[in-house]
Amino acid sequence: MAFGKTVSLLAVTLGLLAILLGGLAGPGAAAPGPATPDLEGPAKRLSVPATQEAAIAALKEIPDPAVEVLLRALKDGALYRLRDRAAILGDVGTLKDLSGQPILDAAGQPAAPADGQEPVPLDERLFSVVQRALERLEIFGADAAARRSAAFKLGSSQDMTAIAVLEKALARETDPEAKPVMEEALAKLRLASPDPAARAVAAQALGRLRSEAALGQLQAALQQETDPAAKQALTGAIRSIDSFLVIRNVVGYAFNGVSLGAVLLIMSLGLAVTFGLMGIINMAHGEMLMLGSYTAYVVQEIFTSRFAAQQDYYFLVALPLSFLVAGLVGLALEGGIIRFLYGRPLETLIVTWGVGMIFQQSARLYFGDQTSVNSPTWFRGGLELMPGLILPWSRIFIVMLALVALGGLYLLLNRSYAGLRVRAVMQNRDMASCLGVSTRRIDSLTFALGTALAGVGGCALALIGTVDPEVGKTYIVDAFMVVVLGGVGKLLGAVVASFGIGISNKLLEPAISGTAAPIYAKVAILVLVIWFLQWRPTGFFPAKGRAAAEAR
Amino acid sequence: MEGLSRRDFLKTTAAVGVGAAAGMGFPAIIKAQGSAPIKVGVLHSLSGTMAISEAPIKEVVLMAIDEVNKAGGVLGRKVEAVVEDPASNWDLFAEKSKKLLLQDKVATVFGCWTSVSRKSVLPVFEKNNGLLFYPVQYEGEECSKNVIYTGATINQQATPGVDYLMSPEGGSKKKFYLLGSDYVYPRTTNKILRAYLLKVKKVPEANIAEEYTPFHHQDYQTIIGKIKSFSAAGDAAVINTINGDSNVPFFKELGNQGLTADKCPTMSYSFAEVELQTLDVKPLAGHLASWNYFMSLKNPENLKWVKAWKEWAKKAGIPDKQAVTDDPMMHAYVHVHLWAKAAQKAESTDVDKVLKAIENLQISSPVGKYKVDPENHHTWKPVFIGKIRADGQFDIVKRTPDWVRPEPWSNVTYPGRGCDWSKGGKGTFDTVGGKRVWLSEKQ
Repeated sequence: MAFGKTVSLLAVTLGLLAILLGGLAGPGAAAPGPATPDLEGPAKRLSVPATQEAAIAALKEIPDPAVEVLLRALKDGALYRLRDRAAILGDVGTLKDLSGQPILDAAGQPAAPADGQEPVPLDERLFSVVQRALERLEIFGADAAARRSAAFKLGSSQDMTAIAVLEKALARETDPEAKPVMEEALAKLRLASPDPAARAVAAQALGRLRSEAALGQLQAALQQETDPAAKQALTGAIRSIDSFLVIRNVVGYAFNGVSLGAVLLIMSLGLAVTFGLMGIINMAHGEMLMLGSYTAYVVQEIFTSRFAAQQDYYFLVALPLSFLVAGLVGLALEGGIIRFLYGRPLETLIVTWGVGMIFQQSARLYFGDQTSVNSPTWFRGGLELMPGLILPWSRIFIVMLALVALGGLYLLLNRSYAGLRVRAVMQNRDMASCLGVSTRRIDSLTFALGTALAGVGGCALALIGTVDPEVGKTYIVDAFMVVVLGGVGKLLGAVVASFGIGISNKLLEPAISGTAAPIYAKVAILVLVIWFLQWRPTGFFPAKGRAAAEAR
Repeated sequence: MEGLSRRDFLKTTAAVGVGAAAGMGFPAIIKAQGSAPIKVGVLHSLSGTMAISEAPIKEVVLMAIDEVNKAGGVLGRKVEAVVEDPASNWDLFAEKSKKLLLQDKVATVFGCWTSVSRKSVLPVFEKNNGLLFYPVQYEGEECSKNVIYTGATINQQATPGVDYLMSPEGGSKKKFYLLGSDYVYPRTTNKILRAYLLKVKKVPEANIAEEYTPFHHQDYQTIIGKIKSFSAAGDAAVINTINGDSNVPFFKELGNQGLTADKCPTMSYSFAEVELQTLDVKPLAGHLASWNYFMSLKNPENLKWVKAWKEWAKKAGIPDKQAVTDDPMMHAYVHVHLWAKAAQKAESTDVDKVLKAIENLQISSPVGKYKVDPENHHTWKPVFIGKIRADGQFDIVKRTPDWVRPEPWSNVTYPGRGCDWSKGGKGTFDTVGGKRVWLSEKQ
């Protein structure tokens, strides 16, 4: 019960605060006081069918949080009468009064509704009235997002009485994001004003705000407009919104393509090392990505239970940890299984596929299916590049991460001594061995590097996708497609293939009409890839590597 | 005492106990001891892709059976669950149901989730005259003698959802984006919804968009972009029949791209409390779902049920965070009690007698009164529209005034078609000139 008490105390405090603020800020608010005794009267009238409608009408004019609680309880069927006072059924099945205090029975215990006692009935006809009253109360609320939403709704309501409400709300609005929404809503309503000058001003405002939302309304208004000045304003507004939309869509599609390309690149970078460079067909590559995703999940859960205050920082721990975990598993996989199968691609394929299935079922047994990774708060939402075009932070991050991982891998392979040895072993194993390079060690470390990169990829992809035991399956086909198309063995090939597939997919998808655009876009891409590989079987950038040598 | 094993000792004590009870006049106990328990089958996937949805259903069925047993069992006999795991494999569903009916000789089966699994077991139940209780909302256009469909039909979920969106409190929406996974439930539901919107609601063709994504689809960027343009004026809504894991990337993209519920609400038909727990809920607040039950329903019966489930889940090792209730779980819970009550009324577990007794049988449930239709083997229950709250629960924004009659065939796509298994009924019929023409006789 301690928790319940804290909650009700909190509710009372919040209620008081809101009443105080309401009293300072707006007309019609209740005077500051210890409780809201004036609501008992309306609450009583609510419980009598004959006066219910009038009571609701009176209540919705009082911008007081307690009104919201009362109306919400009525709507939810949680409003009772107890000893001739209003009582609201709380989540734990006991009753509370209008100020949120528990009601005690004769024995001093929290009271519950008597057996068979019915809640105050709400006339079905009035259900929607209550619902709308609750929505209207939101424009004066404390939550800026709720105010924006309420303003947008009023703007689309075509209800001219809402103009006064919006003007009042705009005058006291301080949130920079809510203000333009209210201006837009007002302009949309004023577009139907009887005064042509007001209509022209409203049209100009909408053009200035690049209001895609008002486009249909502006076009309809233009058909009926007779005033030349207003007509001109309308045409101007429509033209400026239209040209803005064209630019916005092009930028949007381009970003979608780049983002998908980065997702593909981060999926396949690890495979570009294990398959591209080493020629190992690792069918468990998807599960290596999955390992990264589950690492993110586990770290998140640990932070939730141990370091809730630093919750957001879990991702900073998860990212390097997923690199380590997947790398170590790769090391074990190579040392325990794959090294016995070098030069036998078919057996490798089947064995790694089996390993992948073991990973899948273990994940299912251990984690179950109800898992997901929540983005840290700084990855939520996105960068509003232009009105209506939001680039999600999580996707921007994945593009950055893909480029950083690519850069790092390039430097490692081409500009470091270790990379030199890796390339030496992959290009001419015997010669490298003769010159004193430990080919065994290079093999296992290179494979581990590939799986570690997959782990990082999986960790990042968890931000936008699912974390479940089957997630590897959704990645593996795309990853192989990228590496094969790019040309086995060259990093540049993977980059070109990822972004090529990503961008062409995202340009095709909106162009395809019909009910299954995502499916046909994917089919079209596969057809293109097949056709391309018929023409150039070795991909964009064929290279010399062990795989290439064996293919010869 | 040398030579008297522990088992013998127990037997003797039990016999003495029974004797004592008989002497004291407890005929019910004698009867319970005298006859074997009644076996019932539980056929839900506990592994594979469907385990996420079906595993909690299995638990809630077991809990309901436990409640029935604690209240004295059925006909004075204990009820014993035979649990089978068809592993999300449609062929295995048929095999396991054959095993339950022929080998275990179960009195009834509680099971299936996807339509394809139900279609796969249907011939087995019809051939062997078994009885199946099916707890999930589905596309309709089916009415078997051997199945009691407790989940919602189209007119108990999908069309009320659209009605709400078009009403003033739902935002008077005029445009609809039908988005689903590419398989039978979304395709059939959307076919009916499209006909309903065009014919009944007079929505112009241009105001309806329809799109399907493959299972496990991950990239919803373009679709969200399209929806944003489609709904820019604030007069559109999404009807979401995406199934399973694809809901996660869909809703994540929706939240990140700022497509909030005030601009364009999403009305989901396969997305309830259980699925909601896997997501970061805050950006989703305000989106909608249409169901026959929400965990947030405030009535004493539901509060009691939720409490009992939380306790059961704790014993079953389900973390408290995940111990939520939802619509299919409610139906699964209620239909166990429905069967028990019908068998009690029929004074038999014989399938035909139970089917006769279950016609028009009413029961009190976490959603209030609930009954089986006198004719068509579907159930009457209320419909609620819920809005996602920041705490992962639904705020109920609309409820039907009364329970809603189930219509397995939509009036829009099959005018005059119905189903009747009551006295003299032969299942599905078409109404031709005011007369019933049975499909089974039509050929």
